[in-house]
Amino acid sequence: MSATGSTPASVIEESLPQEGWPAAGEDVPPGIGPYRLAWRRLRRNKVALAFGGLFLVIVILCLLAPVYAKHVAHTGPNTENVDTALNQFGVPLGPTWHAKYFLGADNVGRDVAVRLLYGGRNSLEIGFEATLITIVLATLLGVLSGYFRGPLDGFISRAFEVIWPYPVYLLGIVLGVVLEISGLDLGLFKIGGSSLLITALVIGVIYTPYVGKAIRGQVLGLREREFIDAARQQGLGNMRIMYEEVLPNVASTIIVFIPLVLANAILTEAGLSFLGAGVRPPNPSWGTMISEGINLLPSAIHTMLVPGIMLVLCVLGINVFGDGVRDALDPRAKIRIDH
Amino acid sequence: MSRFIVRRLFSMLGVLFAISVLTFLLFNALPNPALRLAGRFASAAQIAHINHQWGFDKPVYIRYFTIMKLVFTGKVISYDQQVNVDHELLQYLPVTVSLAIGAGIIWLSTGILFGVLSAWRAGRWLDRGLTVLALIGVSMPVFFLGALMSYYLGDKWGILPAGGYVKLQDDPAQWFVHMLMPWFALSVLFIGVYSRVLRSTILDTVNDDYVRTARAKGLTERQTMTRHVLRNSLIPIVTLFGLDFAAVIGGGAILTETVFNLHGIGQYAAQSVEALDIPPVLVITLFGAFVVVIIGAFVDILYAYLDPRIRL
Amino acid sequence: MSSGVQTPSADGYLLGVEDLKVSFRTEDGVVRAVDGVSFGIKPGEVVAIVGESGSGKSVTAMTLMGLTRSPNATFEGRALFDGRDLISATDEELRKVRGGGIAMVFQDPMSSLDPVQRIGKQIVEQIRAHDKNISKAQAYDRAAELMERVGVPRARERLRSYPHEFSGGMRQRVMIAMALSNDPRLLLADEPTTALDVTIQAQILDELRQLRDATGAAIILVTHDLGVVADIADRIVVMYAGRVVEQGTLDEIFYDPQHPYTWGLLGSIARIDRDRSQRLPAIPGLPPSLLRPPEGCHFRPRCPHAFDRCTQVPELKSRLADAPDHLDRCWLEPERKRALRVVGDQIGLASEQAVIS
Repeated sequence: MSATGSTPASVIEESLPQEGWPAAGEDVPPGIGPYRLAWRRLRRNKVALAFGGLFLVIVILCLLAPVYAKHVAHTGPNTENVDTALNQFGVPLGPTWHAKYFLGADNVGRDVAVRLLYGGRNSLEIGFEATLITIVLATLLGVLSGYFRGPLDGFISRAFEVIWPYPVYLLGIVLGVVLEISGLDLGLFKIGGSSLLITALVIGVIYTPYVGKAIRGQVLGLREREFIDAARQQGLGNMRIMYEEVLPNVASTIIVFIPLVLANAILTEAGLSFLGAGVRPPNPSWGTMISEGINLLPSAIHTMLVPGIMLVLCVLGINVFGDGVRDALDPRAKIRIDH
Repeated sequence: MSRFIVRRLFSMLGVLFAISVLTFLLFNALPNPALRLAGRFASAAQIAHINHQWGFDKPVYIRYFTIMKLVFTGKVISYDQQVNVDHELLQYLPVTVSLAIGAGIIWLSTGILFGVLSAWRAGRWLDRGLTVLALIGVSMPVFFLGALMSYYLGDKWGILPAGGYVKLQDDPAQWFVHMLMPWFALSVLFIGVYSRVLRSTILDTVNDDYVRTARAKGLTERQTMTRHVLRNSLIPIVTLFGLDFAAVIGGGAILTETVFNLHGIGQYAAQSVEALDIPPVLVITLFGAFVVVIIGAFVDILYAYLDPRIRL
Repeated sequence: MSSGVQTPSADGYLLGVEDLKVSFRTEDGVVRAVDGVSFGIKPGEVVAIVGESGSGKSVTAMTLMGLTRSPNATFEGRALFDGRDLISATDEELRKVRGGGIAMVFQDPMSSLDPVQRIGKQIVEQIRAHDKNISKAQAYDRAAELMERVGVPRARERLRSYPHEFSGGMRQRVMIAMALSNDPRLLLADEPTTALDVTIQAQILDELRQLRDATGAAIILVTHDLGVVADIADRIVVMYAGRVVEQGTLDEIFYDPQHPYTWGLLGSIARIDRDRSQRLPAIPGLPPSLLRPPEGCHFRPRCPHAFDRCTQVPELKSRLADAPDHLDRCWLEPERKRALRVVGDQIGLASEQAVIS
């Protein structure tokens, strides 16, 4: 490795010690905040933007599933069509690259492309819901426990420690099955057993300790810093301090976690569906499609390849974009995976 | 240091207890537990027997102890399969352990190698290439990768066996050959994560003040890198590894095992769930969580040994 | 030579810096961190380099040890130590000097020591880097001696401690002990007291002075605090935005300062005997960006006494007939300076007419 690899950071950044501030030699108009700065950096990162665009395109395509089904393929995701779509050996059609059966058919004659898009809707819906649940819960619990400490922190931290070791898929399967059988009845609202929300809930809760611990750690560190004392000294109540002082500082951590959690949630959902514990048949999900596709090897590879490639592209898009976001928020990329 | 160890082990016991309670409650929440436990072919007499044996006719706290006793004395029976779950578990364990250890060695060494290379050549083509590989690795669902490998390398081109497990004691060579693809499939994700974490940790550490001091002392670049940069950078990797390894043994390899038809703990769990066979699921869940917590405690202790600041 | 600095290899100079320039190439342009610094230091002397963040003082010190070398850095000028130029020396040659003939003490002792290794091991590492033949036991003995010398109690035991187990002041003493391990002839101290309490500061400075007396080493003390310097420095080099703006003996700088920036620094020292009804004057404005520094004198935008000539870079030279080694970089006539620099009843920088460019 060369002597220092890059310009000694400390040397040039003497007068700008804070994270998010203009990096050495960066030409920046005065008065620009750290988030605007990050946005500018992100805009310059063409690769990250390209992959973010890829993800966006996939999301839009999936949202347009009903439109595609109705106007292009003229068939639904669950419409079986054994007569026309399978040849005499019972092997489904491969990709025709025409409007009907654009990507081929599966073992009961359903249009793979249509199922792909509907499945994407399900997978993405669960992914987003789970991410929302995780981020909200983790932020709430992380901030509360880090800020107030004491018994509340003790309780929340113990809860994290206890939930976190469970094998993700096992717990997901178990809870999925349990809740599927009996649905979820919280008094306030009921969720039916086959609702996608169940899977989202399971995934969301399981990932909460991971993010929650990170946020808690950061809040603990923030607490020690003077500006919290300054705010309290001004007479601001705890709620206001948490909202106005703590939250904005934790925001960059949260922003970095969002793509991470989303990518993982989508992969976990795919895994659960693959194992039969996520989205229930006949509803499609990329995971279930891959599972069904494997059974059709070797004659109908496309049934497995199509959803698989789509899944990889989708998650890759999120990951590359997420990397770009992380680099933009702190060019020295200090955010690590700490326990 | 010893005080730290004692405290940590105590805390571990506390968590283990809490997990046992939580798992118990989860399974308690199943409607008609006796019916569920009994499986699909149970007779009324069997159900009554289960009710008694598992304590469903008793209050909750007694039930807890009854069930825990069953689990830990190895008496949990899967009525569906008519076998003792703990025995089954022991049979399946070597598969999962083989998978975990082999994959663990691969992903740890490769992850560290790629991480160091990436950091060494940061910003240049090698780094970019490795980063691309890492990102793909992290975005690739293991069951898809596994299925692809199993199909192409296995069924289609016949380079490696498509799946199945051969016991080590029966035929080491075949054991090895059968494990290659599963090892690789499982490692890919971790290699991606570890190489990136290590890369970023090294790049951070290189800018740390004590590295500057090391150079100022007159150490060669190589000495500075190995004795200070790597030494510090590898610590988080070690902890990550401990936890991931524990998770794999505890059932985290469920997807890999299913795809390659390896009869390990994960697959056992998956099959049990599919069959709605509850006893094995209960035991495996408990087992998985316990493994993670116990290994986690040892990992924490190891971390405290490596980084003395933690011992406070 | 008009700069007034003798050629260092002659006249008993330990180190002679000649027109040192250091630039860094960054994403947004070239930063000229050090723009022509020259000074010399004799054995046993204490030279203080004083300036704000971004003045280039730390870069100067670190460049002497080659710690700023990187693909983005370009260097010009020379720094002769023992007749050999440090700037153009190879990495291996420099490595032999680092921690040996020249040693450095850094600003933050907590982050400057490896947190996961014991102190003894870190000191021994430096000893053995320069003496391949010394045994481990001997090296540890020497480490214990050094720790004792800087006043660490129970030195032998404490060799087994970790950095975080020391208090701030002790840690800095440990760093000093480590720096002394190979009897350096030149000690570079980069803001050694900035991270410490005021009372500890005094102790550390005392420590440094005693060491200089005992070993005859020369010290380059880099700091932003002129107050710290008053007790210990023989000569002072004042830097601003990469350039030396004034240079002279302690007395010359404190009693006859020739550059408005120096006046500002002196005026902002908190003193017990000043009139407290007045606010402590700070120099208005901020240091300039080193990417696009102002034309001419770098201090011009903040200088209330700037005039049209200031758009030309003033040469660094002696403008006082009776003080040939007292150099400054200001176009103002020396007689006018005497009047301008008195604000209230002390030396300071008048702030009403600051020119912002």
